[in-house]
Amino acid sequence: MKALFVILLSAMLTDNFVLSKFMGICPFLGVSKKLDSATGMGLAVTFVMICATCVTYPIHHGILVPNDLEYFDTVVFILVIALFVQLVETMLKKCIPSLYKSLGVYLPLITTNCAVLGVTVLNIDNSYNFGESIVNALGGGLGFMLALVIFSGVRKKLEYADIPDTFKGVPATLIAASIVSVSFMGFSGLFN
Amino acid sequence: MAENKNSLGKELTKGIIKENPTLVMLLGMCPTLAVTTQAKNGIGMGLATTFVLLGSNIVVSALRKIIPDKVRIPAFIVIIASFVTLIGFLMEGFLPDLYESLGIYLTLITVNCIIFGRAEMFASKNGVVASACDAIGMGIGFTLALFLMGSVREIIGSGQWMGLTIPVLSKDPMLLFIMPAGGFFTLGVIIALVNKLSKKKPPLELSCKGCPHADACAKNGGDCQ
Repeated sequence: MKALFVILLSAMLTDNFVLSKFMGICPFLGVSKKLDSATGMGLAVTFVMICATCVTYPIHHGILVPNDLEYFDTVVFILVIALFVQLVETMLKKCIPSLYKSLGVYLPLITTNCAVLGVTVLNIDNSYNFGESIVNALGGGLGFMLALVIFSGVRKKLEYADIPDTFKGVPATLIAASIVSVSFMGFSGLFN
Repeated sequence: MAENKNSLGKELTKGIIKENPTLVMLLGMCPTLAVTTQAKNGIGMGLATTFVLLGSNIVVSALRKIIPDKVRIPAFIVIIASFVTLIGFLMEGFLPDLYESLGIYLTLITVNCIIFGRAEMFASKNGVVASACDAIGMGIGFTLALFLMGSVREIIGSGQWMGLTIPVLSKDPMLLFIMPAGGFFTLGVIIALVNKLSKKKPPLELSCKGCPHADACAKNGGDCQ
């Protein structure tokens, strides 16, 4: 139980996917302008991360390892994720239209989000068991959402700031991200 | 013939400065930030990406009339992932040190938006030779950008550069620069400098133009900003 908790918190805070592993920078910079879209994207990523882990873990340990095909990981995982995102999109559209309305826009963006492929590969690399993998995915997704939500607040302030012309736009956003990342460094060393 | 050569030359050179994938089009940020703690890693990552880009661009453009439009995204992904697996094997065999230091980011080349974006925007519409030139140009541009980032971060952050020790800086290196925060900072300053030097209006937002999902996003009535 304690081990699971450590995995959850370290995936969320100390090894935050966006701010210390640099995965999913594109949505981090692209979708963090408004609070509601940041929340939506965060939820969608968390959901897909957990589901992708649930699907890829049995495939790796049940099909690829017994047949000595581990080197197909990348190809199989990315295909499974792409198919899965498509499936979730179709199902949400049919079954829960209200949820689809709020999350649907972000789903196609997630297929090639490195955080999703990253979490599935990391689970295998760290040789987590099934429970640990799910917790790691949950922590990673929540950490992603946390970073996006915090950053959307920072960007709101940034809009009113008087910035030199050269730095306006992306450069200023990146420097703001660097300061947020410094604040997350405060968590390092929390678990050993 | 001369004109043909000219246009191929243009495909080759446009990626290096004018449409530099990282610094101008702002694609492929994840590896740019993650592996550039050393100039050497930057070059390794850049060359690995160039290899995958070249392979996938050639295959995609050769198959562009065979792959049905509806399944093109999964098809491109499989092609790209196969080349990533290939470069993973090659690097593990011949350059094990680099393989160790790139780690998971080597696998993540699969989802690098530069590769997907070029397959979608260029290779699926142009011939094999033009696509190969485009891939080489974009790859060199990406490698140069990573090398620049890596050099700045390594020199300031650890006082070394490609195995050389920089006299004054190595005494008191600013460790922040090789930490994640320094990556964001360095990239921000470099993009600002590029804006200043090119005297262009800076890109106010990440543009949808380069995003491989622009189509899907617009169809859903989405606005990726």
